[in-house]
Amino acid sequence: MTPVLSVRRLEKRFGAVVAADALTLDIPTGQKISLIGANGAGKTTFVNMVTGYLKPDSGTILLDGIDIGRRSPRSVVRLGISRSFQIPQLFVELTAAENLTVAISGIGTRMSLRAPAEAQGRRDEAVELLERFGLADLADRPISELAGGVRKLIDIAMALVRRPKLLLLDEPTSGVSAEEKFTTMDRVIHAVAPDAATLVFVEHDMEIVSRYADRVVAFYQGRILADGAPAEVLNNQEVRRYVTGGVR
Amino acid sequence: MRKGLHPLVMIALVTAVTLFGRVLPTWTLSLATIAASNALIALGIVVLARTGNVSFGQGLFFAAGGYGVALIANAWGLTDAVAQVIVGAACGGLLGLVIGPLIARYSGIFFGMLTLALSMVFYGALVKSTALGGSDGFNVGRPSLFGMSFTDPREADFMLYAVSVIVTGFAGIAATILFRSEFGLASLAVRENNLRVEYLGLSANRIISINFLIAAIFAGASGAFALMAQRHIDPQFAYWTTSGEFVFVAVLAGNQSVAAVFVASMALELVRSFSNLYLPNTWQLVLGVFLLGVILFLPRGIGSLWIRDRHKRRISATVPLTAERGAAP
Repeated sequence: MTPVLSVRRLEKRFGAVVAADALTLDIPTGQKISLIGANGAGKTTFVNMVTGYLKPDSGTILLDGIDIGRRSPRSVVRLGISRSFQIPQLFVELTAAENLTVAISGIGTRMSLRAPAEAQGRRDEAVELLERFGLADLADRPISELAGGVRKLIDIAMALVRRPKLLLLDEPTSGVSAEEKFTTMDRVIHAVAPDAATLVFVEHDMEIVSRYADRVVAFYQGRILADGAPAEVLNNQEVRRYVTGGVR
Repeated sequence: MRKGLHPLVMIALVTAVTLFGRVLPTWTLSLATIAASNALIALGIVVLARTGNVSFGQGLFFAAGGYGVALIANAWGLTDAVAQVIVGAACGGLLGLVIGPLIARYSGIFFGMLTLALSMVFYGALVKSTALGGSDGFNVGRPSLFGMSFTDPREADFMLYAVSVIVTGFAGIAATILFRSEFGLASLAVRENNLRVEYLGLSANRIISINFLIAAIFAGASGAFALMAQRHIDPQFAYWTTSGEFVFVAVLAGNQSVAAVFVASMALELVRSFSNLYLPNTWQLVLGVFLLGVILFLPRGIGSLWIRDRHKRRISATVPLTAERGAAP
């Protein structure tokens, strides 16, 4: 399969800490890839570099052959990579529908200084996206009144608005109760399916990883420790020792 | 859908307020003209404040508009009030177009202090400029309207009142449309989380720059009104206390209602005039107590007297707040 994202010898240091050590990785179209690793292993740094928040010290990041390593987050998003955040980054004083309206209004041509933000077409689009996540009845609720799990889903919904080629989710089930984690992830996978061709998610929960990922990439001290099918990676001795701590 | 006055109703209101000037006593006409002029510049501050940035230096654009109009009026004999407002707005806007993109990358206190610093640099330049009259400034002639000159003071005051109310009223209507627009919503988003705005593919800097430009245009037009009312201009237009007064009006009004800006501006002018009349030595004290009272009892501004919290208003029409799936504990 053709890689949608191709990373070559990516390096990033914060002082003496090596967050990315000559990372090389191809992400083919259509896969669901999970990035695993202990805290500080370099997963979020990788996501931040791919999405333009951090600039790599060296190496290349190619999206469909275009070098995006030095581009701004806005430019990267416009080229087709969207992301959600470990801590949802929402507009807390606005309602769920308004959050999505802001996202929708940024697509395509210039944003209108006259067209009402609550025009029916825009609102329908926002509510339709919320409906995919089973949240349509919360459309008019301010984010400040919503629970953490719901905020996570709205954060993901906002990332989906642009129908990205590659969607990166940073710990989509963190903060969600053990009973609800599969329901939440089912919703995410179901909602993402029509739009995002390729999905990369950072995850600590190995049950989620083994159930939803096609491929697992294990990080350790800024390097890729193992890369392959979930069963293969999760049974890898080094991964069990440094990443999962024997948990399966 | 959010309810609000239809623009046609707003136009009718502006017309009614303009015609009401016919029955107002002469002394209130000039007071209302100053209030409308101050409301216009304060409206610009409110527009900008919706992005989370407050300008403490709107005196810069106020003075740019005033000086621009005064120079053109004296050099080319431009006396038409409407043309002067357009020239003032253009002068403020041109300056805003240059400064906006440079300053938009800063936020919070840095943004505020930079605007203040720029206005004080301009003030310093004006004071030192002998060609512009230095600290004394210079005078301009009486304004006309569409070729008509007004020798009767009452008629001249009414003409200025009418033009200022109409221009400020239409600026208010434009601001209302802007607040309800996609762009208005994105401006609120910038105030809350500009990183997320960038991750949605929008430019937070561009949104701030456009709001800054609008505020500068309003300030330039306001400077033209102040010039027409006083028929004199001096560097005080750019001084920090002048800018501070406009921020006062914006704080009094809050950012929930465009109408509140006009009410706040009129209230401030009335309190200032009456306290100056009856307590000439302590009028600043009265003004300070008035400001403290508003901030204490109406922390969200005068607009909160008639605008309920936007979400409470909407939710009350939809579902109960408690015991609902997804609601935070």
